[in-house]
Amino acid sequence: MSAASPSPIIERGTATSRIAAIAVVIIIALLATAPQFLSAGAVDRMTALFIYVILAAMWNALAGFGGLVSVGQQVFFGLGAYFAIRLADAGLNPFASLFVSAVIVGIVSWPLSLFMLRLRNGEFAIGMWVIAALTHLLVNLDRLVQGETGTSLISLNVYDAGTRRTVIYWLALASMTALLAILFGLLRGSTGAAIRAIRDNEDAAASVGVRVTGTKRLLFVLAALGIGIAGALWLATSITFQPKTYFNVQWTAYMIFMVLVGGIGTFEGAILGALVFFLIETWFGGTGVWYLVGLGATAVLFSLFLPRGLWGTVEERFGLHLLPVGYRVRLPGNPATALGDDAPLPRQTTQHQEKA
Amino acid sequence: MTDPQQQAVLAATGIHKRFGALVVLDAVDFTMGADEAVGIVGPNGAGKTTLLSVLSGAFPPSAGTVRFKGGDVTAFPATQRCRLGLVRTHQVPKPFSGMTTFENVFVAASHGAGLGRDEAYEEALGSLKLCGMLGVANRRAETLGLLDRKRLELARALAARPTLLLLDEIGGGLTDGEAGELVDTIKELRRRKIGIVWIEHIVHILLQVAERLICMDAGKIIADGEPQAVMADPEVVRAYLGGGPK
Repeated sequence: MSAASPSPIIERGTATSRIAAIAVVIIIALLATAPQFLSAGAVDRMTALFIYVILAAMWNALAGFGGLVSVGQQVFFGLGAYFAIRLADAGLNPFASLFVSAVIVGIVSWPLSLFMLRLRNGEFAIGMWVIAALTHLLVNLDRLVQGETGTSLISLNVYDAGTRRTVIYWLALASMTALLAILFGLLRGSTGAAIRAIRDNEDAAASVGVRVTGTKRLLFVLAALGIGIAGALWLATSITFQPKTYFNVQWTAYMIFMVLVGGIGTFEGAILGALVFFLIETWFGGTGVWYLVGLGATAVLFSLFLPRGLWGTVEERFGLHLLPVGYRVRLPGNPATALGDDAPLPRQTTQHQEKA
Repeated sequence: MTDPQQQAVLAATGIHKRFGALVVLDAVDFTMGADEAVGIVGPNGAGKTTLLSVLSGAFPPSAGTVRFKGGDVTAFPATQRCRLGLVRTHQVPKPFSGMTTFENVFVAASHGAGLGRDEAYEEALGSLKLCGMLGVANRRAETLGLLDRKRLELARALAARPTLLLLDEIGGGLTDGEAGELVDTIKELRRRKIGIVWIEHIVHILLQVAERLICMDAGKIIADGEPQAVMADPEVVRAYLGGGPK
């Protein structure tokens, strides 16, 4: 009680997380140059991985951070592809169509959120599935799509196969990087704290001044936009558009799988989950129905024995945080801080950690 | 009682609240001045928590109006009322379970009080310190015991910088020592000119803070005034001891 005690410090990153941030920059730089060394097949596979990472990160943000569990996110995947087809048909450059399409998906999701976000929990989850099924049927009515016969992003064929492959790879890498950076920035800021508060208790969040609906809407629209980009990129890699492939609930099932296996509610978990899913698909994808049985069995085993997923478990056991979005308070000196003295707290220092 | 300028900071008039056929609040009128400390007592089911919920905006009244700082806030949701300075705690604690104690309080400081990052850090740490929670600042709220959860309710509400704080049974289940600390904390809030409405069953700790006492029974206010006088009121004694419907 003699001298004024130094004030606690709020820490955002750790020594490990600063190293991780540098590693992330290096990995992205390496990935950007990778098409020069990889085979055509490998470039395509890597593009798929980037798309999976986007899907997992978006579903994780929505469900793991925001508590908005949806089983209808394929609606935005399908619409991302569909609007790209429409825009390219109207004469827009096919590459530009991919991103304009995603923006339109984001815009469309806004009015959708007006009534979907009134639903809670299970109602919201199933409601989104209904929306997806309904949208699928509506898209089938478009003559351009020719029902389930489908159509193609024909205008992409003016580029030769090699250029096309590399450009799509870079676009996917850039989209993934940008979306992860936006998401990380959002979740790490005070809006991110509000998002997690809403997940944990909506009424309590409102009672301490959090704008519940507006915050949920922001997250919902961002997730729609991100998944829209993923759908459009998927269209670019596969060229053909058949509504039933894109509006299939399997896409959301994959998102859930990746997030649960990787670790729901941790930023690193979704990325790790996407990588695990990608490897399983690469190694066992050719085994037909057994691949699906294996995926299902893996999901069951994880929910039984590692309910927090791979990264959730690592975090719990070793206290390892590579891309932390939370806040740690470090008390100066002995942790048993003297209480009761009413001296105003001196300024806090904060440590910043930048990410690409 | 030094200040005769009794400008009402909060005024609820003709409040009715029905859940289906059940009338929980029946024509309640309640007015308090800024910088007043009002205790609310009454048997279980008297409508105390419901009144607090109507005042804080958790749900709207079936009829009646709520005015705060001179404006009609009846249609305002809890978020907006909190930002105006009318903040409540919950009888059954509602922590953000997946977040740390500090993060729980930080949300209130940055959104409820609308502070920028550094100011919000300072406010959050200040509230935690005042409530004796700095030692558990990094614990996930789901790992806290009941006592700490109740403290967290108070710390979180304080970080939203209330002008008027609505407390719902934050003293329940405390030992005498813990109750003493709580009273000290609330006296500190009084020194900071924060108005208090406090529902509490443990009357002897309530009376250490309350300058005015209200007794509710069956959805009505049956007594309102100087605490000792209210406790001696025959109707209050009957509500407590001769309870049950007549």
